[in-house]
Amino acid sequence: MRYESPETTEAAVELLAGEGPRCRVLAGGTDLLVQLRAGMISPERIVDIKRIRETQEIRVDDGALVVGAAVSGAELGEHPQAKGIWPGVVEAAELIGSTQIQGRATLGGNLCNASPAADTVPALIAAGARCRIAGPHGMRTIPVEDVCTGPGQISLGAGEFVLAFEFPVRPPRSSDAYLRFIPRTEMDIAVVGVGINLTLDEGGHCVSARVAVGAVAPTAIVVEKAGATLVGTRCDEQTLEAMAAEVRAACRPIDDKRGTAEYRTAVAGVLAIRATRIAVERARNA
Amino acid sequence: MMAKSHITTVINGDPTEFLCETEQTLLDVLRDELHLTGSKEGCASGDCGACSVIVDGRLVCACLVLAVEAQDKTVETIEGMASGERLHPLQTKFLEHAALQCGVCTPGFLIAAKSLLERNPDPTESEVRYWLAGNLCRCTGYDKIVRAVLDAAADMRG
Repeated sequence: MRYESPETTEAAVELLAGEGPRCRVLAGGTDLLVQLRAGMISPERIVDIKRIRETQEIRVDDGALVVGAAVSGAELGEHPQAKGIWPGVVEAAELIGSTQIQGRATLGGNLCNASPAADTVPALIAAGARCRIAGPHGMRTIPVEDVCTGPGQISLGAGEFVLAFEFPVRPPRSSDAYLRFIPRTEMDIAVVGVGINLTLDEGGHCVSARVAVGAVAPTAIVVEKAGATLVGTRCDEQTLEAMAAEVRAACRPIDDKRGTAEYRTAVAGVLAIRATRIAVERARNA
Repeated sequence: MMAKSHITTVINGDPTEFLCETEQTLLDVLRDELHLTGSKEGCASGDCGACSVIVDGRLVCACLVLAVEAQDKTVETIEGMASGERLHPLQTKFLEHAALQCGVCTPGFLIAAKSLLERNPDPTESEVRYWLAGNLCRCTGYDKIVRAVLDAAADMRG
């Protein structure tokens, strides 16, 4: 196994394309090293993307946040503006693991490890974030929800890797929230995770909303109907119940040791309501 | 046989060079090549914190860092915590409070607590408990550890 740490996107693409499927991208390594040690993967080449400047940057361009794929949860949490603009995305990233894991784990890794229970993914999808992907044919940008195709599976082609995440410009009175359920206080894998992103008008009516859920399907999913239920309303209790019903209807979970399908479905509705209340409160003050 | 990588780094203030295989973690190299065996391997999967070290100012699990990634980095381990015979205040307080029993988790707790107090010299008990949540101890029940950290913080603030 060889290790490479290119300093340019072009060099990384060349290295990744050269070894094809026997090549793995290293960002924070908190999943990759565990998989290596467990013998689950045995790549010929590891391409560390952390020395590429764009993967390490957090920028705000005319109100639009751009976060490098290899930015750690700790760095994102400490950024002076990120949490103010996208509190739901940042709280999702900060929920992952311990202090030690926060120092290494990245947004790009959390997405491309393609766990159905990844905490940042519903928050990123709700946010309408897009991935800037570098590859042999240049750069392309795709919605976050188009990256994962199943547990451990992603849609990226040979030689491609996620360089950064681009977030849309925020209209006034917009905010987001992420909640997950785990059976303990900290450091566990989501039984259910819900991200919501919404914008209110001056009268407090919802003008747009996106709801995404994790750990209740093979990939995190956006629930268009749930978001649509909120639009035009003041997110009153009756509307929230109707929105939760749409979330439950979209769930296709499995039974496992962390929860039954029935339980996950019920909890998804509850979390959707609570996350919406938080996002509404934040949007009123945004 | 693949050529080993030659890595130049700074460990506990000393410029250090080593040869390693890509497969070796930073923890493997610290313990097996450099004989700095204070950092312990508990789980080898980032769950227990016994291998906690500070790399370029960030608290990390050495078992989740490839040794080759240490190129041009500064690494702080438990071996650099005391100044010669003079213990770090955290070490003194761990002894005073009997904040250890078997001792396997202790180096990780000390490094993690040092990293906390460098950022936050006056943490609340809750902040200490959250910061140290990635360090597992199967002996003490954590209470003495938390008290030792809070006491050391008070001492260090003077």
